[in-house]
Parts: sequence; C-alpha cells; structure tokens
Amino acid sequence: MAATAVPHPHQGHPPTTTGLDHRKIAIWTFIGSECMLFTSLISTYLVYKGRSVNGPMPHTTCGPTTNPPCATELPAILDIPVTSASTFVLLMSSLTMVLALAAVENKGKPGWTGILASSKTWLLATAILGATFLGFQAYEFTSFVHEGLTIKTNLFGSTFFTLTGFHGAHVTVGVLWLLTLYAIDVKRGLGPKDALLVDISALYWHFVDVVWIAIFTLVYLIQ
Amino acid sequence: MATAAHAPVHAGSSYHEETGLWSWLTTVDHKRIGILYLYTSLTWFLVGGLEALTLRMQLQGPNGRLVSAEMYNMLFTMHGTTMIFLVVMPLSAAFFNLLIPLQIGARDVAFPRLNAFSYWVYLFGSIFMNVSWLIGQAPDGGWFGYTPLTTYQFSQNLNIDFWMLGLQILGVSSLAAAFNFITTIVNMRAPGMHFMRMPIFTWMAFIVQFLLVLAFPVITIALVFLQFDRFFGTTFYLTQAGGDPLLWQHLFWIFGHPEVYILILPAFGLVSEVLPTFSRKPLFGYPVMVYSGILIAFLGFGVWAHHMFAVGMGPIADTLFAVTTMLIGIPTGVKIFNWIFTMWGGDVRFTVACKFAIALVALFTIGGISGVMHASPPADLQQTDTYFIVAHFHYVLFGGSMMGLWAGVYYYYPKFTGRLMSEKLGNWHFWLAFIGMNLTFMPMHWSGLMGMPRRTWVYDAGQGLEIYNLMSSIGAYIQAVAVLIFVYNLVVSRKRGQRAGNDPWGAPTLEWAMPSPPPDYNFATIPRVTSRYPLWDIKSPELTTDVPHTREGERAIDVDVAGKHVGHVSHAIGNPPGGAVNSDHSEQRILSAKELGIPMPNPSIKPLFVALFMTLMFASMLPIHMGRPGLATILIILFATLMTLGLYSWLLTPLEDAH
Repeated sequence: MAATAVPHPHQGHPPTTTGLDHRKIAIWTFIGSECMLFTSLISTYLVYKGRSVNGPMPHTTCGPTTNPPCATELPAILDIPVTSASTFVLLMSSLTMVLALAAVENKGKPGWTGILASSKTWLLATAILGATFLGFQAYEFTSFVHEGLTIKTNLFGSTFFTLTGFHGAHVTVGVLWLLTLYAIDVKRGLGPKDALLVDISALYWHFVDVVWIAIFTLVYLIQ
Repeated sequence: MATAAHAPVHAGSSYHEETGLWSWLTTVDHKRIGILYLYTSLTWFLVGGLEALTLRMQLQGPNGRLVSAEMYNMLFTMHGTTMIFLVVMPLSAAFFNLLIPLQIGARDVAFPRLNAFSYWVYLFGSIFMNVSWLIGQAPDGGWFGYTPLTTYQFSQNLNIDFWMLGLQILGVSSLAAAFNFITTIVNMRAPGMHFMRMPIFTWMAFIVQFLLVLAFPVITIALVFLQFDRFFGTTFYLTQAGGDPLLWQHLFWIFGHPEVYILILPAFGLVSEVLPTFSRKPLFGYPVMVYSGILIAFLGFGVWAHHMFAVGMGPIADTLFAVTTMLIGIPTGVKIFNWIFTMWGGDVRFTVACKFAIALVALFTIGGISGVMHASPPADLQQTDTYFIVAHFHYVLFGGSMMGLWAGVYYYYPKFTGRLMSEKLGNWHFWLAFIGMNLTFMPMHWSGLMGMPRRTWVYDAGQGLEIYNLMSSIGAYIQAVAVLIFVYNLVVSRKRGQRAGNDPWGAPTLEWAMPSPPPDYNFATIPRVTSRYPLWDIKSPELTTDVPHTREGERAIDVDVAGKHVGHVSHAIGNPPGGAVNSDHSEQRILSAKELGIPMPNPSIKPLFVALFMTLMFASMLPIHMGRPGLATILIILFATLMTLGLYSWLLTPLEDAH
C-alpha cells in the first residue's frame, strides 16, 4: 500500500504511533467486525442447507437420478450461468477499483497520462459495475419470486434472501461511497493527498467482493 | 519540550471550560463524554436497582402478591437487560473515555465525533427500550430472549420488539466505540509508551474492544433473524418449517459468553490500577496479567455452549465445553493470585477505593469457584435454571464488575471533579453494599440447591425456602440504602469534597500528572515515557527499581510529563487514607489550547442528530406490528434519509479549523 504514510493533515498533531492514518486502522477493525457478521450469516445458511421441508430448492435435490431417487423432479432454482456473469462483473469492479486508486496515487507523475491517469473514469466504472451487479441481483430476486420463492417460503428462502440481501446492501453502500468520491473528484479533483480516502473505500470494496466469492462458492457452486 | 512553563502542575486551577447545555450537547471532548456516560449509566443503575428491589419485595414471602406474573417477567427481563447493556457496559465505557487517552498520553480519542455519536446512540437506545414501560409492554423474554418464546407465535405484543430493536441500536454504539478505542490505543500512544508499558486498565480495555468487535456482529445477526421472523414471516426459528430454536441459543451465547468478559475485564483493569497504588508496589506479574487477560478473551469464544448443557448436545460436545470452561479458571486464578501478591508485603492503605478493589478479589473468587462447579455438566444439570446460577452470576457481576467499577469511581472521582469523595460516607456505602450483597446472594446458593427455580414469580410455603428468600430480600434493602448513600456522596462531594490536587493517592500513571480536572487538551506537551510507572519514577523511584526501563541509568531522566520536567513536580506522597493534601497552592493560570497553539476539534451537534435519526429509524419499525406497514415504510425512509444527510454533512465538515 503506497498510501500508508500519509502525513496528518494538520500541523501541531503528534505523529501517530504506527505511522498509519487513524482511518486506515479503523477500517481494518471494521472489516474484522464485518467478517463475523458474514460468518454468522453464511454459517446459518450452511447449517440450514437441505433442511427445508418444501420447495423450491437451490439445487436439484430429488429426481430419478438422485440418491435416494424419487419420481417427480424438483428443478434447481439457482441459475449458475447468470450468477457467474454477475460474479465476473463484480470481480472486474475490483480491478477498476485498483486502477482508480493507482490513478489517484500517481496523479501528476511522469508517465501517468491518458485513460490510466483518469481517476474519474475508474471510480465511475467501479460504481457502474457495482450497480450492474445489483441489477443482476434485482433480476434474480424478481425471477425467484415469480417462481414461487420468497423470504417466507421455506428455510432456503429465508437464509438465501437474508444472506444475499445483506451482501447486496453492502454493495449498495459501496456504490454510494464510490459515487461520492466521484462527485468530489469532479468538483475539486482527487490527487495523491487524497489517496487515503480512496484507499479505505477500496479496502471496503475488495472486502465486499471477497465475501461474494465465498457466497458464490458456498451457495451456488457447491451442491 | 519548550513548554515547560505552560500547563503548570498544580491544584485549585483557575482553568475554566465552557459550560451550559449547548456545550454538553455538542461536546467532542472524551472527558466530557465520559462524564455523560457515567451519569447516564448511574441513572439507569437506579432504574435497574428499583426493578431488582421490586423483584425482592415480591419474593420476600411465599406467594407474594405485589406484582402479576406478567409484570414479574418484564421486571426480571428489564433488570438483566438494563444492568448489562445500560449500566455495566456504559459505565465501563465511561472509564474507557475518561482514562484511555490520559493513560496513553494522547490529547483525545482518534475520532472525537464518532465518540460523541456512540454516547448519543447509547442514550437514545436506552430511552427507546425503556419507553416500553410507558405503554405497559416492556420486554418480557429474559435478557437472553430464547426462541421460540420470543417468536411471534408466542409473543404477539410489542414487548420483544422493543428489546430486539433496542439491542440492535445499542450494538451500533458499542461497535462504533470499539473501532474508535482500538484505533486510539494502537495509534495514539505517546513516545515510549509501547504495549508492555501501557497501564493495565488500558490493556484490559483494549482486549474488551476486540471482544466487542467480534461478538456484537453475531448477536446482531441473531436479532436480525428474530426480527425477520417476527416482522416478515421468515422461518429461521420455526420448527414447523425445519428451523431450529437452538440456532438462537448458539448465536446468542457465542455473543453472550464473550459479553461476560466484556463486563468483567474493565473492572479487572480498574482494580489492577487501584491495588498497586494503595499497596505502594508495582503490580505483581504485569506481563502475566496482560497475557492472562488475552487468554481469557481468547478462551471466552470457545465456551459458549456451557450455557446449554441442559439442551442435550451429547457427551462429546458437553465434555469439550466443560474442559474449555474449566481452562478459563486458570488465567482468572492467575489474576486473583497476582492481586493478592501485589498487596502482599505492601504498605496497604485501606481507602474506600482499595476496599472495593479487595472486595472484588474476594467476591469474584466465590463467584468464580461456583462457576467452575457448574462447568461440570452433571453438576450443571442440577443447578441450571435455579437460584444457584443467580447467586453465581451476581457474585461475578455484582461482586466482581460493580465492586470494581465502584473502586474506579472512588479512585478517579478526584481526577475529573477536582475533589475527593467523602471517605466517611464511602465507608458506609462500602460496608452496607458488601454486607447487603452477601446477605442477598449467599442464601441463593442454598435456595437454588434446594431446587428453587429462577424466573418464577411465586413459591409455595413449607418447602424450606422462606428463610433464604427473606434473607435475600433484607439484603436487597440494605443494598438500596448503600446505593442511596453512594448517590448522596457523589452529589455532595462535587461541591463539598476535599480538594484533590493532581495526585491525591500517590499513583504511578500518567493521568495523575495532570491538573484535576485536566484541561481539554490533556497534555500541553506530549509526554515521553520510559517505564510503566512514569510518576513513580519521578516521585519515588525506589518503588520501580525492578520495573524495566528504557535503558540503564535513564530511569528518572527524560520523563517529561504535562510540560513539566522531572523534579519539578511537587506532590504529597503517602497521604493518609483519603487525606489528600493540597500539595500546591499556586494560582497560576492554565493556558488554553488556543494560547498554546494546540489544534482542537470543533464541537458539533451533528453526531447527536445522526444518532437521533438512526434511533428513530429503528423505532419506526414498530408500526409494522401495529398493523401499519405503510406508515412504517414512510417513516423508515424519512429517517434513513435524514440520517444519511446528517452523516454527509458530518463527514464533509472537517474536524478542526484549517491552520
């Protein structure tokens, strides 16, 4: 992290003990706390997996080829191809986030020109990719409701919507955060002095992204 | 270090801060916020005490008729919830606020406005929860809120909603404070104040913040599930749908057991400050005290299911949790012995603060041993849900936490008011509280072992329970008198107490180098620390010869406290108990931050508004249960928008004026 040694903006303050800005340490403790939040949600999903007493089910649980076999097949409700696409979108947003931070940190340095140096582009791109992910999620939720799965239907519905809903709420906060940074960038321009502002939002954004990788693997991919 | 002339160390300072209601509403000064926490939590202590008193009146004789069963449920639920979340935790937070920056040599916490926000959220959340009394629907599911008792099927009024939403609000307060204090301790220590030189209270506070950060999200999720079950018809705790009420118990106790250490470790920290001062000896085994605190916190996450032996988890789980629970007895026992060895051979002065500290050591040991008793599942199956358990946790939480916090109040009162509390009244308070406490809770061991169940509003005559219950009730009345004396002492000493001077007790840590009360900027010059006991290095170096210092021969040199260099600090050492001597009658004025050129954060009303809107946003969920989901939606959106606008306005305003 190149932005760690940002001097405190005010004269007259003693230097920090670690040399890091307070906000950087605070965001890490916050992320630690968020880990426990998502751990609780994901654990509950896994503990309740397969315990719904009625459908729809996440994966194909019962059919002629399953063990034990049964006559009528319950189709899987999770659409892995579509979610793979939205996962890809979210992963790409982490890339644009890295580029946004690099653009802010290196603004004005020789060799940093063109699109690579445009923090506005990358901040906005990250926000748009995040919003696209949310669009996928809205589509997924609506189609589930049409297929008869709501938060009340069964344990799968309760745990699935709560878990992914919490994640979606975190992405929403992240998008608002990025749009705020974008607005600041448009208004007065973000430079190396502001790297920390972008840095902490990037930490949050990557964390939300990593959580999605866990959710995608544990909820969607593992049957 | 050019400011030696500034911030003279003296008593009776003519230093004045801004006063008035507005200055308190907008304050971002950690000391003022600490005082707000102190008085608010003591107010709730009176409310929670009144609830307990009513319970004891009801149980004074068989088949009591004072309150109904429903009222009894509300009283014991709110007594527990109040004492844990509205009293002991915020009272500890009061000390975190007052002491951490002073002990580590900082001018404030890392995020002063966030600190104010934490307090306001606590205040509004506690009021919200108690508003339930006004409509006669106070929480009635126990402080643990077990499902399915608390699900909609069995609790269709607003009682549990107040509890569940109130705890979520209070969780925000605790988490925000924890992020703040961790950052403060990691990042704002004075030069030379490395981790193994931190005062032990700050160490225990540091550990507690990690417990908060890791434990609170878990109960938040448990509460969210409960809320969704009650409001939106999800099936998390619904057995018909395949859900499992035990999920609640696991999530609750994964939070609930670390919570126990959140309640006790700050008191341990305070006692570890009080005992060395009044024994005039360094704390025995300082590093081991630190390590045992860390070990208690670590093991505290691995013992939660000992609250659940009765649900039938099977022999393997029972054995595992029994063993980890007994293991926690080791680091805790280490602490007890270290306190005893600190006093051993010391020049012990039995001030009120010291008596309360010794009471913690004695009473917590009793509660700890009964705790090890029901760490064993066969014993626990006999004792669970009886008064034996009530006796156990009141010995650790009242005999432990509350005694320790009272020790802290008597010890630190002079630092933040400039005056000592009356030792005479304090002795009355101590002895009545000590005798009353034992008279209340000791007989509960017997009534519990005889099978008297907890949480039951009446008992029949002729089972041999009458005498024990009568004793418990008389003990409770004695405690009530003790608390009244304490409150009286707290109030009158503010005006009539003896002037304290900087260091009335001859204490070793940095906070005692400052005037009492300290100026808003704390330290005119950031001190440089060369050992664990910077003030003893100056005043009585013979006490710290065995304590590690930076370098040989550097002992009392290079210690520069509050702008004063070594040897210039005048004070009275070894005062008689409570007999603070006005050590310095200098009328020199303490300079303001502006005169010293110290940048200070601006006061701000925004944290209060954001906290208010957040609380109202949570409160707006109540109409969902009153058959008005439309109204709820409108109100939630309204307050969420206001909160967000407030937050933007807060974050886009710099903390300080530009220089």
